[in-house]
Amino acid sequence: MFFWSLVLIAVGIFSSFIYGRSRIKLNSKKQGTKSKSLPNYYAQYVLMWCLFPALIVYFSWAIFQEQIIQNIVISNFEFIEGAVYNEGLLLAEIRNVANNPSFADGKSIEIINAASHYSSLRQISQISFYTSIIIIMLLGALYASQKLKPEFHAQHTIEKYIQYILIFCSSVAIFTTIGIVFSLIFESLRFFAEVSIFEFLFSTEWYPFIPIREGQTAAEGSFGAVPIFAGTFLVMVVAMCVAAPLGLLTAIYLAEYASPRVRKTVKPLLEILAGIPTIVYGFFAFVSVAPFVKAFGQSIGIDASPTSALAAGMVMGVMIIPFISSLSDDVINSVPQSLREASLGIGANKAETIKKVILPAALPGIVGAFLLAISRAIGETMIVVVAAGTAPNLTGNPFENVTTVTVQIVVALIGDQEFDNPRTLSAFALGLVLFVITLFLNIIALQIVKRYRERYE
Amino acid sequence: MSNSKILANGVDVYYGSKQALFGISMDIKEKEVTALIGPSGCGKSTFLRCINRMNDLIEICKVSGSIKVDNEEIISEKTDVVSLRSKIGMVFQKPNPFPKSIFDNVAYGPTIHGLVDSKNDLEEIVHSSLKKAGLFDEVKDRLNEPGTSLSGGQQQRLCIARAIAVNPEIILMDEPCSALDPIATAIIEELIDDLRLNYTIIIVTHSMQQAARVSQKTCFFHLGELIETGETNKIFTNPDNTKTQDYITGRFG
Amino acid sequence: MNNSVAKEKIISLRKKRSLEDMRFKYYGFTAMCLSLAVLVFLLYTIFSKGYTAFQKTIVLLEVDYDQEVLKLTPDSSDEEMEKGKFFRVKKQAIENFFPDLSKSDIKLVKKLFSINVDNEIKHYFLDNPEVINTKQQIWVTAHSDVDQLLKGNSRRDVPEDRRKLNDIQLSYVDQLVEEKRVKQVFNNFFFTKADSRHPEIAGVAGSFMGSLFTLFTVFILSFPVAIGASVYLEEFAPKNRITELIEVNISNLAAVPSIVFGLLGLGVLLNVFGLPRSTPLVGGSVLALMTLPTIIIACRASLKAVPPSIKEGALAVGATKTQAVFHHVVPLALPGTLTGTIIGLAQALGETAPLIMIGMIAFIPNIPTGLTEPSAALPVQIYLWVESAERGFQEKSAAAIMVILIFLFMMNAIAVFLRNRFERKW
Repeated sequence: MFFWSLVLIAVGIFSSFIYGRSRIKLNSKKQGTKSKSLPNYYAQYVLMWCLFPALIVYFSWAIFQEQIIQNIVISNFEFIEGAVYNEGLLLAEIRNVANNPSFADGKSIEIINAASHYSSLRQISQISFYTSIIIIMLLGALYASQKLKPEFHAQHTIEKYIQYILIFCSSVAIFTTIGIVFSLIFESLRFFAEVSIFEFLFSTEWYPFIPIREGQTAAEGSFGAVPIFAGTFLVMVVAMCVAAPLGLLTAIYLAEYASPRVRKTVKPLLEILAGIPTIVYGFFAFVSVAPFVKAFGQSIGIDASPTSALAAGMVMGVMIIPFISSLSDDVINSVPQSLREASLGIGANKAETIKKVILPAALPGIVGAFLLAISRAIGETMIVVVAAGTAPNLTGNPFENVTTVTVQIVVALIGDQEFDNPRTLSAFALGLVLFVITLFLNIIALQIVKRYRERYE
Repeated sequence: MSNSKILANGVDVYYGSKQALFGISMDIKEKEVTALIGPSGCGKSTFLRCINRMNDLIEICKVSGSIKVDNEEIISEKTDVVSLRSKIGMVFQKPNPFPKSIFDNVAYGPTIHGLVDSKNDLEEIVHSSLKKAGLFDEVKDRLNEPGTSLSGGQQQRLCIARAIAVNPEIILMDEPCSALDPIATAIIEELIDDLRLNYTIIIVTHSMQQAARVSQKTCFFHLGELIETGETNKIFTNPDNTKTQDYITGRFG
Repeated sequence: MNNSVAKEKIISLRKKRSLEDMRFKYYGFTAMCLSLAVLVFLLYTIFSKGYTAFQKTIVLLEVDYDQEVLKLTPDSSDEEMEKGKFFRVKKQAIENFFPDLSKSDIKLVKKLFSINVDNEIKHYFLDNPEVINTKQQIWVTAHSDVDQLLKGNSRRDVPEDRRKLNDIQLSYVDQLVEEKRVKQVFNNFFFTKADSRHPEIAGVAGSFMGSLFTLFTVFILSFPVAIGASVYLEEFAPKNRITELIEVNISNLAAVPSIVFGLLGLGVLLNVFGLPRSTPLVGGSVLALMTLPTIIIACRASLKAVPPSIKEGALAVGATKTQAVFHHVVPLALPGTLTGTIIGLAQALGETAPLIMIGMIAFIPNIPTGLTEPSAALPVQIYLWVESAERGFQEKSAAAIMVILIFLFMMNAIAVFLRNRFERKW
């Protein structure tokens, strides 16, 4: 369906284009006047009237077809009294049987009936899909062809349409943000309907294990996210302890001391560091740094866990180094040369100039860079998923195993995803916290950097 | 006496809150070369750009007053800027050929305006425009090479050919020679003299000698005001206004 | 304080100050070297752990294609041959692998071979049907445990109960090495097979194709939209509140953690729109939204770099603004945009967390052939292998990292090439 309908639409727009072009030429010849716009614009006009309605039909079909069919199948399903059904599993079973008749062996007659119902509905849907696409394209072309008169200024209309398309493109970013905010808030509200928000924010017990089957009277889960926040904070602090000095000193060296040749070679190398996927850092942390940390801990008499905040944080710090160094480099370079000259002119040496003049002048920019780096560290996922551990642990000891917000989101969503389960929903509440904090950090950082820029421009 | 082609009346231009032109009124005759001279920043280019509404590009720019081209008001919401600009060609200070082939540079205007129906017609227009711009003989063997590969003077003539190709009645030239060497300048000046037979030309220039060489009428701008306008000969030999006198004798500028 | 004392003081201080200056410079230099050293160490770790995955261990096995055992005749049709009882042939071959094996020994020997051996015996036969009723010496894939032992990745000196291979099996392996019935060859499986539960036949082909399909989706969705958005914001948008809002939005979107985009994909694309889980279509859509800001920023920069005189030239011959922009400005901004797009795609290629959220973490043992088929992606494959307990997967994950890094390197090289080739100085 995916491929052939695209071919169908492609054929439709191609022929509509040809049709529009020849039709307007004919019409203007008949009237003996020159058309107001070039023939191609009339052709594009017909094309747009063909394409966009067809696309709307296409996407609405793609989005709703499956759900509508499933609803019909389920509502017609002959439930046996007393038996307990899981709708998701049932549907999966029906689909399996429908797609692959060999699975039908040993399935109940209800399922087999439903499967054939399902396939017939799919067939009907396919046929009506193709017909409606063809009809809608014809209707569009018909409507557009009425306008194909020489006195119609097709170019104006086309340019107006193009404007609409462009506006739509730029609003995708807005829609994305709205989508993020709404999905996070919506699912979080469902979560907070079951778990109190105070428990979530202030309680220190995180046992997200909820009885899966009804009637199971296992312990109620508890959702106090404090240990998770603490773990995130700890890893972030370790990362910044590595990245802040290394990144800043590297930036200072590159901006103030290094020869152009060194700069030219080192900067791309640091960019490589920045371009390495985070899962690679995760691997590195897991196979190299974590065992090293464990061995180091043992050598100084601390019992380090195999996955520790220290290992994850250190590697995350390495990941952030290029981020900090390139941002700080920009900031240091934008300190006016005159300040440098003023300081050097009264006999200060380079180190003094940097420490006493440049860094204070660049401080807001550097703070902004650090804030952006912190927001990065908090949102980073793969390193901590691989190297930090999954069990919540309220501790300040970096040799211990901690867990972070991002890890808990991943853990909650791997495997079975039933959206009526607070454990699954907790991922969205954690995601909301993550989103709000990083957004907050970003806005502040961007403000600081912007104000800093304005000062020296 | 020929008819007036362009009639400006009380044109004010503001950039934001800053007024750049003060009540410019001017009468430009058909098939003549009119030179706009004056010290830099005096508003001569601004005025030129009012005539084909290029000022629309600058968001903070506001134009009021009246400019009539062939008795049609052009400072109005209703003006069809596109057809206005196809009627009024423009050549810029720095040659700005499109980074496309020489042929495509000249063909662009006729193509978007639908002036031609066939490839042959298009070729015809391109060749004749290049000939009118005095460039054809130099480039006829390499019409497919990029326009940017030409020398500065050739590029500027290419831009003139590009403007001519849409069959305009008026050509605006905004210091067309300021980026060129003396030889290229001389060629362009000669070209302007030829073009005068078929087009109304308004040229903004820095060089008084150039104004004296190519134009029939000269208008002197100073600090956004039109100080004096008249026959070129008269302006350069016996101006009425002392400011004009000071400028052309090189006392400021 | 008189002048000469002050001078003396300055001179004595000068030494100290210049020492301090040197020290500070040295700190900076050390920091830089340390960062680069980590890079080198990281690459070294990956290479040293991963290069062994490009080789596999094969064992020489004598197979008797007896027609009785196979339940075939020399005249059997192709279809019948497909259904030959090759597992019985294999069983027999293993029973006779070493002379005089007891029942429990046979079980141990069997564990030296890959699960794929049945298949290899079968394919050898299908390729050469004339071998029926003959004995053939065939090189077949060894079990990952043997492979790892011979590559030196798992150690012999740990206690037996913590080893995958027990003492008897070790002695078998040693015997094989001595008799030269085992060798290492290029591991074609790694590049031609999808994921598997068995390390020796797990490969990156499936996840590689999944990543390609995902990147294709990202490109198809984000490239046109990004160009549209940039053109609008740069050339057409009125300077007002809404435009400003969009711009702030884009710059903030660029800094939203990737995992949040994953939640968006899960909450909206999967749950609201009901798109198929675990597919490149959904993964690509999520990553496209993530990549959008990167491309928009690059595209706007290159649009800005096109000199306004080009647009003016077009307007002056009577082009409308739309024509001037789309005929002249956009084509000139394309190379720069493409460079930015490739860099954005390179980022998207390495993204893992959002793909996990939308279910591309499922175990997919076959190579996907379309956008709407469940598939894995390279970074997720790496994650899955890193998390696997089996030794054999660790070298696989390092090798897959090498694949992804080479892929990234090539993309960046193309971007640099494009930039150098098409960058125009105005």
